[in-house]
Amino acid sequence: MAAKLENFPDHKDSQKSGGPVGFIFNFFQAVGGAILGFFQKIGHLTDFALRSVAHCFMPPTFFKQILRQLVDIGYYSLPVVGMTALFTGMVLALQSYTGMTRFNAESAIAGVVVLSVTRELAPVLAGLMVAGRVGAAIAAEIGTMRVTEQIDALTTLSVNPFKYLVVPRIIAGTLTLPILVLIGDIIGVFGGYAVAVYKLDFSAGSYISQTWDILETMDVVSGLVKAAAFGFIVTVLGCYHGYNSQRGAQGVGAATTNAVVSASIMILIFNYIITQIFFS
Amino acid sequence: MSSAKTKTNPVNKLKLTGVHKSFGSNHVLNGVDIAVEPGKSLVVIGGSGSGKSVMLKSVLGIVQPDQGSITVDGQETVGLGPKDRDAVMRKFGMLFQGAALFDSMKVWENVSFGLMQGRGMDKRSAHEIAIEKITAVGLKPEVGDLYPAEISGGMQKRVGLARAIATSPEIIFFDEPTTGLDPIMSDVINDLIVKSVKELGATALSITHDMASARKIADHIAMIYEGRIIWHGPVDDLDHSGNEYVDQFIHGRADGPITRRTA
Ligand SMILES: Nc1ncnc2c1ncn2[C@@H]1O[C@H](COP(=O)(O)OP(=O)(O)OP(=O)(O)O)[C@@H](O)[C@H]1O
Ligand SMILES: [Mg+2]
Repeated sequence: MAAKLENFPDHKDSQKSGGPVGFIFNFFQAVGGAILGFFQKIGHLTDFALRSVAHCFMPPTFFKQILRQLVDIGYYSLPVVGMTALFTGMVLALQSYTGMTRFNAESAIAGVVVLSVTRELAPVLAGLMVAGRVGAAIAAEIGTMRVTEQIDALTTLSVNPFKYLVVPRIIAGTLTLPILVLIGDIIGVFGGYAVAVYKLDFSAGSYISQTWDILETMDVVSGLVKAAAFGFIVTVLGCYHGYNSQRGAQGVGAATTNAVVSASIMILIFNYIITQIFFS
Repeated sequence: MSSAKTKTNPVNKLKLTGVHKSFGSNHVLNGVDIAVEPGKSLVVIGGSGSGKSVMLKSVLGIVQPDQGSITVDGQETVGLGPKDRDAVMRKFGMLFQGAALFDSMKVWENVSFGLMQGRGMDKRSAHEIAIEKITAVGLKPEVGDLYPAEISGGMQKRVGLARAIATSPEIIFFDEPTTGLDPIMSDVINDLIVKSVKELGATALSITHDMASARKIADHIAMIYEGRIIWHGPVDDLDHSGNEYVDQFIHGRADGPITRRTA
């Protein structure tokens, strides 16, 4: 974009002449270039995502690859997501106890734990953990394949890299993250229960009934919808950055970082958007 | 340049006409014209960064040329839809500059990848062909069960060659098959290329800057410079091409018409 602007002779002159006009022009050129570059990236990414989704529904499908990614992305993320959920549930119970006793509202703890975990914390934290674990791994693997021409080699062997590399990861991410989050919900609620009952001396029966009373199907469902969206975001961004990796080890490193950072930010943005859609 | 060829053979197996490709302001290909007859081996020589790999990738459809025509068996391939492109790709085999083996797969799975994933052959027959090709390139069948990271660079090149010929392609591309190998291993690879191309009756397009290799595997030689083919002829004419660029290149002289860009 900036290159195009340089072709206008009068702009070039004003740049060379310096002075206030040149400065203002440079300023707007830099800002405009950055904004245009940003939207160009968004367009590029959207095109990549749409193409990936289209390939999900076109044969051939590499079932073995999908199975492998289900295990890689889903099964191996279980410990990370489980630990995150457990300690989140525990700390929620502890924190809300210290807060709620001030208002004699200890009975609200069960509700705070179950609603925070199912609606927000399990999906968002699981998404962020998976972004770090899976998004980085995907970007590094596909980036290395790009740099060492393995992706070109796929093409020459009549195998579409989108179908073979991208589709299995996206399907696995979108399907397994809701399952992980559902398990995380249960573990998180259990963590809160354990702290409440064994440390804070709540009665087990009333804690459980308070949990059930306040929980509604929509709370869990919204969390699972978020999880599916986050699984999609993490895997698409991992594939996108790996697929478009620049040459060399540095290129792959940058792809990995960008995949994790952009996925994390997108997760937080879409978390807000989905919450808005569900609860307003 | 190719008019003499067209007379002897009306349909070239592969023909590039006026192929242009730029990356931003970097004009890499500025109108490449070459043609390869069926069953013949053309070697394109040229300096580093002269666009040899880009030219090959244009033919393979990995890089989209900005302009020009590329025909395979007389059929235009630039701008083909995915289905027709797929049919053309099935005629191709390619040995990459860095072998480009899939490092998550065993050697035999690499060799049989095109057969199993690309053409849906069953595992047992694919394994059989893989082992056959692995021995054809002078490796022991046991190598098939190793991973690419566990074998040397020269062995990786051989596996890359086995993978390129496994699908019995009609046209095989070799991107610098001998770079990074010792002279003896280079010659082994050259012999293997000549042998496998002959056995398959395939047409070959290779690029290299290794002159010993070029002389060994070529029927015809073309030289690329600044994105154009500046000389083209049978391998026997190489030493009396009457072209000072070619002379400078094949003798590896530092001074001459080819100037090093220090950019
Ligand atoms: N994908 C790409 N994007 C941008 N520029 C590229 C790309 N691929 C190649 N180039 C540029 O094209 C030019 C030619 O590269 P190419 O790889 O074809 O050289 P080569 O003749 O194969 O050299 P070598 O003998 O070193 O392999 C280089 O200047 C390179 O930077
Ligand atoms: Mg090259």
